[in-house]
Amino acid sequence: MEHMTLLIGIVIATALVFDFTNGFHDTANAMATTISTGALKPKTAVAMAAVLNLVGAFLSVAVAKTISGGIIDESAGVKPEMIFAALVGAIVWNMLTWLAGLPSSSSHALFGGLIGATLVAVGRHGVHGEAVVMKVLIPALAAPIVAGLASTLATRLSYRLGRNADPAATAKGYRAGQIASAGLVSLAHGTNDAQKTMGVITLALITGGVVAPHADPPLWVIVSAGAAIALGTYIGGWRIIRTMGKGLTDIQPQQGFAAQTGAAATILASSHLGFALSTTQVCSGSVMGAGLGRKGAVVRWSTAGRMVAAWGLTLPAAGLVAAGAALLTDQGTWGVVTVAVAGLAICAAIRTAARRKPITHTNVNDEPAAADATATEPQGAVTAAIAAVIPPPVGVPGTTPAPTA
Amino acid sequence: MSIDWHALGTVLAVTLLSTVGLVGVFTLGVVGLARPAAAAARGGAYVCFAACAAAVAWGIWLIVAK
Repeated sequence: MEHMTLLIGIVIATALVFDFTNGFHDTANAMATTISTGALKPKTAVAMAAVLNLVGAFLSVAVAKTISGGIIDESAGVKPEMIFAALVGAIVWNMLTWLAGLPSSSSHALFGGLIGATLVAVGRHGVHGEAVVMKVLIPALAAPIVAGLASTLATRLSYRLGRNADPAATAKGYRAGQIASAGLVSLAHGTNDAQKTMGVITLALITGGVVAPHADPPLWVIVSAGAAIALGTYIGGWRIIRTMGKGLTDIQPQQGFAAQTGAAATILASSHLGFALSTTQVCSGSVMGAGLGRKGAVVRWSTAGRMVAAWGLTLPAAGLVAAGAALLTDQGTWGVVTVAVAGLAICAAIRTAARRKPITHTNVNDEPAAADATATEPQGAVTAAIAAVIPPPVGVPGTTPAPTA
Repeated sequence: MSIDWHALGTVLAVTLLSTVGLVGVFTLGVVGLARPAAAAARGGAYVCFAACAAAVAWGIWLIVAK
């Protein structure tokens, strides 16, 4: 199996890259509302999420052992090339949704990639249709609704109970509660998502004959997967954090607390009962629910609509990219090289596009509309200086759609 | 193809009960603390926070034991 080593190495590296994108894509889940309510400073919040993700990765390996959750037939002839194609599909979709600032599910991207690559490389019999419906589609529909309902009711109750209390005196308490529940979400995220990558790497090692079938992930796999997701989390997907913390609805500490508790409860209840659901969808659902639960809160349905559309597209889109990649990787070494180069080029292009309108920990809490208005100017500093000395023009910059990106 | 309604219903019930319960108890605690100079309210508040901490500990235990 000496000649397999390079390919397996590439698959492992790609899996770690996916884990990294998974980390920064999902920082928002635990920390978006914690940051937007000011319970924690942005950098502190992502550092805490990163540490808890790392801790979570070590807590259990139960998910890693059933990586594909029975969605693909692992005995039907899974090859490292296929896993590579699946990962490329998942990474490309994760990067695209990050550029758009949309919280979409990293798990669905991975599942979509695996399904797409399997359909091309193995055929229809390689995919268990029933498992796809039962384990992916139904939880995808149910999870945000359950989490949203729970946090709507909790928000209502909380505002009712505290209607006579002084908001200034209680805000500190809710912020503390929010930090605790956000920590729980981070921990649950580490145990679930870091393990998916461990499972993928272990699967690659098994197909390459490096470790025995049904083996536990080796320690170095656990360490590197945990480190990759923690690093990604620490880098922070600020674009998505802004969407979830500010874009969907305005969140007060009380609502943030209700939303995070609802999300943590949903994740724990369902993963304990064997549903693999998307942390992202649960958290977005509960943020929406918290928005609906407070009288006078603005829920931005257009942003929510775009987000739900991205959820629907995630599985097929990642699957399509992975299917194309699988077609190429099936051709042999030059195909794998082509896919690798194309994947790197796409990621570089997306990074460049993101640089035009950077969102970092310094401006994550700015109002999205105001930030977009300034960011649509190509030479921000120059135009800002000009705008400062001349009277405002007739057309407000914010009303023109972004021409670039 | 059969949809496991029982499991879905369980998730819904458990989530609703635990979220609303936790948030309600925690809110009582926060409101109790916000009330100035009432010893009973203070004591009650700490009981509420202890109950929440116990629930969180149980949640972490669920993650680890899985």
